[in-house]
Amino acid sequence: MLDARGRSCPEPVIMIKKAMASNEDEYAILLDNRTSLENVSRFARVAGYHSDYTEENGIFTLKITKK
Amino acid sequence: MIKNEKIVIVIAGIIIGIISVTLVLLGNPANMGFCIACFVRDTAGALGLHRANAVQYIRPEIIGLVLGSCLMALSKKEFSPRGGSSPLTRFILGFFVMIGALMFLGCPFRMILRLAGGDLNALVGLVGFICGILAGIFFLNRGYTLKRTYSLPKIEGVIFPVIQIVFLSLLLAAPAFIYFTEAGAGPGAKHAAIAISLAAGILVGILAQRTRLCMVGGIRDLVLFREWKLLLGFLAILASAFVMNTATGNLSVGFANQPIAHTDGLWNFLGMLTVGFGSTLLGGCPLRQMILAGEGNTDSVITVIGLFAGAAFAHNFSLASSAKGPTTNGMIAVAIGLVVMLIIAVVNTRKAAATVNN
Repeated sequence: MLDARGRSCPEPVIMIKKAMASNEDEYAILLDNRTSLENVSRFARVAGYHSDYTEENGIFTLKITKK
Repeated sequence: MIKNEKIVIVIAGIIIGIISVTLVLLGNPANMGFCIACFVRDTAGALGLHRANAVQYIRPEIIGLVLGSCLMALSKKEFSPRGGSSPLTRFILGFFVMIGALMFLGCPFRMILRLAGGDLNALVGLVGFICGILAGIFFLNRGYTLKRTYSLPKIEGVIFPVIQIVFLSLLLAAPAFIYFTEAGAGPGAKHAAIAISLAAGILVGILAQRTRLCMVGGIRDLVLFREWKLLLGFLAILASAFVMNTATGNLSVGFANQPIAHTDGLWNFLGMLTVGFGSTLLGGCPLRQMILAGEGNTDSVITVIGLFAGAAFAHNFSLASSAKGPTTNGMIAVAIGLVVMLIIAVVNTRKAAATVNN
């Protein structure tokens, strides 16, 4: 589980991009704002992953799985 | 959804380009429908933080940007007071971004508008801007971070928008302690009517909040992630302002005699290099900082206060360029700014795994 809470643009996307270098089928990342959620989801999509999130008290848990 | 986002930002960019040129037609200085650096500088002057009497006016566009963003964020439940991500470092970066912008004579937003008006000096600035962003990306890829922000009480996020309402009251009441450039005495005297400028600011604030428009983010995301969205916004503003300028006879292509600009290529380059580098280290251009400040981000508020302080210093110590060109003091200040930014970049770059084990 990556923790990108409190990280400002573009750090969350850099975190997931670096994590993806390990080429696993599934990742999860914690985010605390919509802009980062949109940015990471968009990057995941372009990188060939499917993404889905749940929200609790303003914290998003984004699950990213290989298509 | 990806396509949809891109279409939305292009439409927003086209509208922002039209608004920007319209503001010039209605009284704003040439190629200055919007300029965060210039407008912050003018507002700082009106408040007496500097006494350059050619550039003193409380710009309603700035007030509108913050309030537009704030209202939009509130209605979309995105208003989120936060802060604590290296505030003093952000202040210093904001300070030197302003020094760089006043060397070039414009923030990245005005750089686009200058390009759209045919000012080729802005092309030199753009090259510097891109180099500055590349320098920032170099450090981002190696783990540069100003550390995380934390949630803050609601009131913290409300203070800056309330200050904008105070500014608006001061503008409308015009008490004797507020300085306004006298008619004909400089760019500060050139402005559209208050209501129009305010409405334009609010509208652009709303559009920029929704689309996350950022002049530095466009080039940065394209290089880092091959992601075009933000750059499309940038290009849409350029194209639409260019068409508007052409249609209204405000296009004049060349280097010499451009409005509120100088032709010193090296310092146009270095000024925007400073802006690009600093803005990348901050995570967004001055416009984006203003929008985030409206959303309750006090790190961005501190950055904006850094912009104000930079503007005040720039005009109190002759650091800002004029149509005649850069000043020696300004050159020294930009050089110091680049060194300071480099130090900030190096000391905040560490390989760290930010993971939680669960």
